[in-house]
Amino acid sequence: MSDRISALPGAASSGSIRVEEAGLQGMVTIRGDLGDKGVSDALKKVVGLTVPEKGQRGAGDGMALLWMSPDELMLTAAHSEAPDLVTKLGDALSGHHHLVCNVSDARAVFRLTGEGAAIRDALAKLTPADLRPSALPVGMVRRTRLAQVAAAVWFEDEGTATVVCFRSVAAYVFGLLANASKPGAEVGYFR
Amino acid sequence: MSHRLSTGGRLIDRSERRSFRFNGKTMTGFAGDTLAAALLGSGQTLVGRSFKYHRPRGIVTSGGEEPNALMNLGTAKTFEPNARATTTELFDGLTAESQNHWPSLEFDVGEINAKLSRFLPAGFYYKTFLWPRAFWKHVYEPVIRASAGLGKAPRHRDADHYEYMHVTTDVLVVGGGIAGLTAAKAAAVSGAEVMLVEQTANWGGRAPVDGAVIDGQPAEDWVAATVAELEAMPNVRLRTRAMGAGVYDHGYSLVYERLTDHAPDPSRPRHRLWKVRAGRIVTATGSIERPLSFAGNDLPGVMLAAAVRDYVVNYGVAPGKRTVVVTNNDDGYRTALALKEAGLEVPVVLDARKQATGPLADAAREAGIRVAAGRGIAKVTGKGKVEVVHICDQAGAGAVVEEVRADCVAMSGGWSPVVHLWSHCGGKLTWDDENACFRPDPDRAPTGADGTPFVAAAGAANGAVTTAEVLADAWAAGGGSGEAPKADAEDRQPMMPVWAMPAQAPYALRAKSWLDFQNDVKVTDVELAAREGFQSVEHTKRYTTLGMATDQGKLSNINGLAVLARELGEDIPAVGTTTFRPPYTPISMGAIGGEARGELFQPVRRTPIHDWHEENGAHWEPVGHWRRPYAFPKEGESTHDAVTREVRATRERVGLLDASTLGKLIVKGPDAGRFLDMLYTNMMSTLPVGKCRYGLMCTENGFLTDDGVVARLSDDAWLCHTTTGGADRIHAHMEEWLQTEWWDWKVYVANVTEQYAQVAVVGPKAREVLQALGGDMDLSKEALPFMQWAEGRIGDFDARVFRISFSGELSYEVAVPASQGRAFWDALLDAGRKHSITPYGTEALHVMRAEKGFIMIGDETDGTVIPQDLGLNWAISKKKEDYLGKRAQERDHMTDPLRWKLVGLETLDGSVIPDGAYAAEEGLNLNGQRKTEGRVTSTYYSPTLDRGIAMGLVERGPDRMGEVIDFPLIGGGSVKAKIVSPVFYDPDGEKQNV
Repeated sequence: MSDRISALPGAASSGSIRVEEAGLQGMVTIRGDLGDKGVSDALKKVVGLTVPEKGQRGAGDGMALLWMSPDELMLTAAHSEAPDLVTKLGDALSGHHHLVCNVSDARAVFRLTGEGAAIRDALAKLTPADLRPSALPVGMVRRTRLAQVAAAVWFEDEGTATVVCFRSVAAYVFGLLANASKPGAEVGYFR
Repeated sequence: MSHRLSTGGRLIDRSERRSFRFNGKTMTGFAGDTLAAALLGSGQTLVGRSFKYHRPRGIVTSGGEEPNALMNLGTAKTFEPNARATTTELFDGLTAESQNHWPSLEFDVGEINAKLSRFLPAGFYYKTFLWPRAFWKHVYEPVIRASAGLGKAPRHRDADHYEYMHVTTDVLVVGGGIAGLTAAKAAAVSGAEVMLVEQTANWGGRAPVDGAVIDGQPAEDWVAATVAELEAMPNVRLRTRAMGAGVYDHGYSLVYERLTDHAPDPSRPRHRLWKVRAGRIVTATGSIERPLSFAGNDLPGVMLAAAVRDYVVNYGVAPGKRTVVVTNNDDGYRTALALKEAGLEVPVVLDARKQATGPLADAAREAGIRVAAGRGIAKVTGKGKVEVVHICDQAGAGAVVEEVRADCVAMSGGWSPVVHLWSHCGGKLTWDDENACFRPDPDRAPTGADGTPFVAAAGAANGAVTTAEVLADAWAAGGGSGEAPKADAEDRQPMMPVWAMPAQAPYALRAKSWLDFQNDVKVTDVELAAREGFQSVEHTKRYTTLGMATDQGKLSNINGLAVLARELGEDIPAVGTTTFRPPYTPISMGAIGGEARGELFQPVRRTPIHDWHEENGAHWEPVGHWRRPYAFPKEGESTHDAVTREVRATRERVGLLDASTLGKLIVKGPDAGRFLDMLYTNMMSTLPVGKCRYGLMCTENGFLTDDGVVARLSDDAWLCHTTTGGADRIHAHMEEWLQTEWWDWKVYVANVTEQYAQVAVVGPKAREVLQALGGDMDLSKEALPFMQWAEGRIGDFDARVFRISFSGELSYEVAVPASQGRAFWDALLDAGRKHSITPYGTEALHVMRAEKGFIMIGDETDGTVIPQDLGLNWAISKKKEDYLGKRAQERDHMTDPLRWKLVGLETLDGSVIPDGAYAAEEGLNLNGQRKTEGRVTSTYYSPTLDRGIAMGLVERGPDRMGEVIDFPLIGGGSVKAKIVSPVFYDPDGEKQNV
């Protein structure tokens, strides 16, 4: 197998929080009628997870299902497993109208670590989304924008957030996050 | 003369001296000073020149409403014009320059304008247009341009940086005076999340200066205790130096935070623009004192009465040694008392009211201050400063009864609630007769999506006057239950509206009575406007410039519209106010731009191979947000020569193109076939799995909007390639039709553009290069013929290979996962080395497609071109009942035989026709212009044919093969070109099909 590289291998910055490019992440787009028991059973069979509620992220053993829209989920898994999961999901859903495709390489992933409040402060400079812990608690996913580009954000725990954006704008998004967490630009809004 | 007092100043720290420069002169102040306080403390009463007449101007106020003390602050990369000295906090090393003076502040030639003032009446700017035309160009414009204008425009890049902050909260309270603190506390104790913002560096607003007593404590102590209490609450956020700038729909509002203006630090953001989404907003923005309109009220030394006591109490600065107070309400006495207590002279308080009674007037008398009731100011005179106050009866016509020497006049014409934020999103006002002011009408508040009010005004901003009224009103506005903070009731005497001083002032006095200090608008200007037929206050504003520019009439509006109302014989509320628009005071352009500058100005989209292009000298071309290599010039090679080399190498051997930016949309589902049949002009449902077909997409108006190759992936899935710029647009186009018109069709669309790096391997040696990489795919003509695709491994790479060609050569477009893109590119370069494989850019791509007569969206199309114009009838299905654009293409105009159609153009002399050139025919059109019969859409030097080639749209073009038409050149002469087939190279397609 050839060398596979993520969008910005090794990119990292330290300021009010630590921002790191998280390397390659498997991601599969799943579209279908999420209310159809046949669809949810098929998903359960292949990935061992139930369909998450609106706005939620359900994590399991190395995989997670993220609610993206009323008829779309994102499955995250190890990068190397994504092609196989696409095949298996396609087979399992073959009786239902669906679309499953590998989008692992279409994305860049950043991990933000530090004080939860500092992470929220930095993100709040870039996204209009409500980042109060009550509105974006651990377990919830928010599709939004960071400055001028689309992104998704969630917290794995209070001190760790994940940002996903398109691969082509990885350098822009890394620049945004590094700039928003630059020393001297602390806000102290979130607590 | 203004000076620093030896004691006092609740906001300054006398142990911390601050040195600054004003007009090149070094001066000192103290930590905690505003620039205005420090200037007055240094004896500088003259701080600028007025806009029109260049009259000397002094500091009038102590806050954001300041019309006069506008400064050019800083130098070079930190230069900023129009900074108000009253809101600029002093720091060591500050440099300020007064504005609008020439050649110097003290001696200004523009003052001659004042002598000519009868030639510069209301609307002078417009009236000059009526005069002989030549006058405007040669006299007025040069003179006005040279002498008008406020600050200078910055000439350097801004050294500072800026950012946004987006927050959502239950309640936003704007204003950190006692009303804002009370409202915030009321909301906070009920459990709401509260954000409280104050535009200055200090909490408490006017109350500590005015001597309010709250819950038995001096206001200063109550403010400190309340701030401490709020700071301790987890649901409250407080921010100073943060101004509520605007209120918009649905509780959205802007707050402008100035982080480093008071202590420059290039490592920190200078300003932060908060975008707050609040459930409700409390505007506790206080009120602004009004000037009085008497002759000479614009002389330096004439100030608002409240500002005078602010300087004394807050900064230990005396605006003058001898101050005459003139007032129409109780508040003027507070200033007189503050001055007296600071040991300054107050020769007289002129109370325009017939009787000067009540506790404050009594207190003034007890302090030994002379009080003159029923009196006003006929005029103030002095050379560039206050020298003599001429006193008259307020009720009369200005007969002077007494002259008093003074160096300062403190005027109070009553108070206007700051209703700006209330009004931004539709809150209406009501006229308060008792206090002669507009205040928010609680029955006509700004309403949110549910129809209920989302803004409440609180305290003085809501028309409350006494401390007790302010506290009760603010507590209610904050939604407080239980007991509100309390203050004793006051025995307040009614104020008396004074719109002219004296009431019967003759023209000569009115013509020296300023309404708008910043824009030089006098009482007589507004009167003239009314006489000339201006009835609407909005029109009068534009005509006279009353209330324009940086202060937006914070001092002048009410006085001005009172004059207009009197002149029109109307009541003030019938005339109404001008519109209050955000921002409340000017905010920096930097804050509006936020982080978007330099590298972060705009996202640049990069392909997985971008770094290689950069390292290899790509000359870039922006395509949408992408950067694509235009060509790869080598050391010492021109871009044109690079393009020529790249085309020849590709046609002769093999070239390599990064085609990753091409849009890739997967369309899947039981109805995907019929969906694509509707979207494309030709049939996609009949395309066999494994094959590719070129398709055209039109808008419902019939115009060609995108094109690309469609590959059928499986029984129910297609992969649609779009143009680079079209991926997001076409994805949205598909979703729109699926979500609005064909919502019951079972089709899903996914945009997988960025999942793949796509490389076109092009040229006679393309197959050899790919075969050299090994893998498990049979790339022979037989196994993978033209217009088919296959999946497999090329070398180590997971590949999907399309036999498609945009160059006319043997060509494989290979898609690999983006994570393998760079390695694949490198492997191809390696494998192709013995064929001198040549990466090429978009220009070589364009040249090669033009040589083949392939159209390009955006070149051959411009939103007015239908596929039939381009001779693409072969790609339009005649069998289909419908497709998007079909009906439109059947309209008369679209089927007109005279439409301009695509042809090739071959210059007779082999030259390259300029891009966009028009073919002229004999005769003139109705506009007297030469008639045209066609235009060039693409034009290149063809390295393959070693001559200029072009495509163009020509009237009946395809019927006129062999005719020569004429393209006039800019600057004279013309190029003659023969109409030919647009396919210049390999018309039978033998080269791509090998």
